Amino acid sequence: MISETQKWKVIERAVANTSAPDLFKKGRTMVLGSILPFLLLILWELAARAGVLAPHLLPAPSLILEKIIHMQKDGSLYAHVSVTFTRVCIGFAIGTAAAVIIGAVVGYAKTAEQLFDPLLQAFRSIPSLAWVPLFILWMGIGEPSKITLIAVGVFFPVYLNIVAGIQGVDRKLIEVGKIYQLSPFQLTKRIILPAALPSFMTGMRSGLGLGWMFVVAAELMGASEGLGYLLVVGQNTYSPDTVIASILLFAVLGKVTDALLKWIEFRSLKWQDSMNNQA
Amino acid sequence: MLTVTRLKRTFNKEKTGFQNINFSVDTGEVIGILGTSGCGKSTLLRVLSGLDPYYEGKITTDNSDHKNIGMMFQEPRLLPWLSVKTNISFGLPKEERKTNRYQTYLDLVGLSGFENHFPKDLSGGMAQRTAIARALITNPDVLLLDEPFSALDAFTKMQLQDLLLSIWQKKKTTMILVTHDIDEALYLCDRIFILKGQPGEVFGEVHVEKTKPRTRGDAYLSKQKAHILNLLNVQQRAAGGEA
Repeated sequence: MISETQKWKVIERAVANTSAPDLFKKGRTMVLGSILPFLLLILWELAARAGVLAPHLLPAPSLILEKIIHMQKDGSLYAHVSVTFTRVCIGFAIGTAAAVIIGAVVGYAKTAEQLFDPLLQAFRSIPSLAWVPLFILWMGIGEPSKITLIAVGVFFPVYLNIVAGIQGVDRKLIEVGKIYQLSPFQLTKRIILPAALPSFMTGMRSGLGLGWMFVVAAELMGASEGLGYLLVVGQNTYSPDTVIASILLFAVLGKVTDALLKWIEFRSLKWQDSMNNQA
Repeated sequence: MLTVTRLKRTFNKEKTGFQNINFSVDTGEVIGILGTSGCGKSTLLRVLSGLDPYYEGKITTDNSDHKNIGMMFQEPRLLPWLSVKTNISFGLPKEERKTNRYQTYLDLVGLSGFENHFPKDLSGGMAQRTAIARALITNPDVLLLDEPFSALDAFTKMQLQDLLLSIWQKKKTTMILVTHDIDEALYLCDRIFILKGQPGEVFGEVHVEKTKPRTRGDAYLSKQKAHILNLLNVQQRAAGGEA
């Protein structure tokens, strides 16, 4: 039967794969990654204090931090962040759901692809920001037009990746399902969707990135709350600290939500034989 | 148990594929289909398995529905997102997939202890063992094997041939084995069909009248090998000192 050495090798490999990565290694990566940002921050602070940078154009990082702490104290920070975050979440959910349903049908059924894909591709070539005036005309400057815009932005990357993922599923795996006489629905559920999961996750992550981009556009075009609104306020009141503070908040929120998706991706794709999963 | 009459499936304006195939298989028999590449032997298996519905002729089975077949491919074709045990249970109906029915087959192919591994952590031979277990768990009437060991190294190949033989001795599964390895066919099969031509036709039938397990390369098998090489018309090149 199987030799003992071979057994040992396979078990070793599996154990190495599942055990937590070395803490030291992880710490090292973090330290290495933060050297440059910290250096830049210190340089910036020093330059601002020395008067090289004009405070009405680029205030010192400490001033920006102060601004954020101030906003946190008067409660406006939470209000703006939560409004923006909710908009992105709802838009992302709607866009992704639509993309999954349409993408699954288009990816699986040839006729549906011939029917829908040309139209969707045509819509895709419209820069999504061009929709803004139309959405405002149709839905006013309230929440619906903003969420629609975000959903449209999220839809396309998710849709394209799902269709590509489904169409790229290995014929050999589909044949395994056919040997067991799976119905088209079972085949989709048990083979096609799991096999397309990696590209679905990629689509979700780029969709989320676009979602954050479009929330800025949506809030710039007229809002009374939200981080994008803060940008407008900062511009109109000549306060670069407000602008930079909200840019910073956008960066943090974008990074955190992407890290969350990345974590889900890692958890659900542990089976993949990829560079990331190597011991 | 399985009868094939005037079976035909061709491609490229009748230049490739196979035609005029007639044979019948008895329960518990191991049939080899041997031929050089391009003679349609894999296509024949795809037609028998139901993966290729565009054939002419007739396939009849005792079980009129002709559904319960197992298939093993050249590659393991495990689903990479399923563990070894869920891969083995893949072909079972939903209620049975949750049970530990996989355990018998896991032990049978010698993979006890590996049920929770993912295919990426398996060696080629272990992956193919998992594929054997997956093909057997549904108790197929016929097990179709499409060059199942051709991608493995010589030692693993021999191990898995012995494994297949021991499974056959335990379960007496009817098997149809497509291969281009003459030794493999002689070691495992009761009858061997030689496919030749384009499109391929049955050119000869060789009975291997020796009880299994056989000794690899004994005099009788060597003689049969020379005979087959002769049929395939490649003896000058390959047979060398053996004949």
